[in-house]
Amino acid sequence: MHALEGGFANAPIDAAHAFRAVMNVTARPGVIEAVQGATPPAPLSIAAGVVVLTLCDPETPIFLTPRYDTPAVRDWIAFHTGAPICAPADAAFALGEWDQMPVGEFPLGTSEYPDRSTTLIVELPELSTDGATLRGPGIEHTATLSLPEIETFQSNAQHFPRGLDFLFTCADRLAGLPRTTKVS
Amino acid sequence: MSDYNFAYLDEQTKRMIRRAILKGLAIPGYQVPFASREMPMPYGWGTGGVQVSAAVLTPDDTFKVIDQGADDTTNAVSIRRFFQKTADVAVTEATAEASVIQTRHRIPEEQMNAGQILVYQVPIPEPLRFLEPSEVETRKMHALEEYGLMHVKLYEDISQHGAIATAYAYPVKVEDRYVMDPSPIPKFDNPKLSMPAIQLFGAGREQRIYALPPFTKVVSLDFDDYPFEATKADHACDLCGSTESYLDELIVDDAGGRMFMCSDTDYCTSRRKAGHIGAQGVPYEEDAA
Repeated sequence: MHALEGGFANAPIDAAHAFRAVMNVTARPGVIEAVQGATPPAPLSIAAGVVVLTLCDPETPIFLTPRYDTPAVRDWIAFHTGAPICAPADAAFALGEWDQMPVGEFPLGTSEYPDRSTTLIVELPELSTDGATLRGPGIEHTATLSLPEIETFQSNAQHFPRGLDFLFTCADRLAGLPRTTKVS
Repeated sequence: MSDYNFAYLDEQTKRMIRRAILKGLAIPGYQVPFASREMPMPYGWGTGGVQVSAAVLTPDDTFKVIDQGADDTTNAVSIRRFFQKTADVAVTEATAEASVIQTRHRIPEEQMNAGQILVYQVPIPEPLRFLEPSEVETRKMHALEEYGLMHVKLYEDISQHGAIATAYAYPVKVEDRYVMDPSPIPKFDNPKLSMPAIQLFGAGREQRIYALPPFTKVVSLDFDDYPFEATKADHACDLCGSTESYLDELIVDDAGGRMFMCSDTDYCTSRRKAGHIGAQGVPYEEDAA
């Protein structure tokens, strides 16, 4: 596959639909949405590709975990978004599988600017509403989501209002977990 | 249509706004700085709300705009037409039919549902601004959760007026953390801020975006002995007879004549269509105006 292929066919419309899905899963932790429009090179999932095309550009450095840091992925991201590839400490976004994420090295934002933190796009082998219990803003009572673990998300929430935000992707589906969500 | 990018703004601007919206949703009540653009309307006419709407709209949406509850004021009509022209969206005046509602200073009377998005136009997003003019200082106050000054302000209201006199832009605390300005909605609307819909706030001149995810805990600031009270004019609507809705007072002649009517025009019209008639009302007729 060539790096010039696999982008949005109609960028303004495809990105608008994709953003609504990303916004909905961020605002409603536990909700899973399907997205379409990107065909990124392996090992990127469709959903991860859609998120990158929708949110990343030259202003957002991306960290790639080793398995995702391939010439094909770099070329595809460079051509379609222009986002620079960076170290964890400079990352606006991080992309890769969960067990390779250096979670402790990403910026959490500052007390004055808690928005200046990394958003992690975590590729999961499975994504379902079968798993950890979620509470917090965006959830009326409780929700559930198949998180890869619990402790990291619990300690992340304790930094509030600083903290990391997560998008989980699997094939063409995605879910979100902002820093406000209490996981148990 | 071909003269504009979809929804007017260029894609890079929309990505920047979209990232700010996501961080806003992740930190409810925190004001995210964003690089507000010049819009083809003056500041104060909803440039922040328009930019948020532009970043959120898809061609499948049905869009509604209200200005202090009314669908038919200049500001509401021109913003609605702007997105009809640039985003090709369907428009409506019916609250229940809309998927995205941009609002200036009201929450619709009708209960919002989970499929909807409410976009607020915000003039001054910083609730502490009139107490502390320095952005450096107010940012530090938010960082340290130092909100004593706001309680002093409410206390001074009580000591001067015998009650909390703040009637609109009534400060709220979000998820026990950030004090937030809900935009100049009447405090009558404050209890509705915890709702099933996503709420996004855009301040164009002040370059801030903030947000409330659905069911976020939003508490109006008050004191144990002076609890928060959502007030409205003690009247029924003179057109539709509703005693539940927020009312506008209208001076109708130069002899002190006045009437009260629902500020939410869609709510009032729906009730009149359903046969409710207020003290000065007449039976509803299509295109009677």
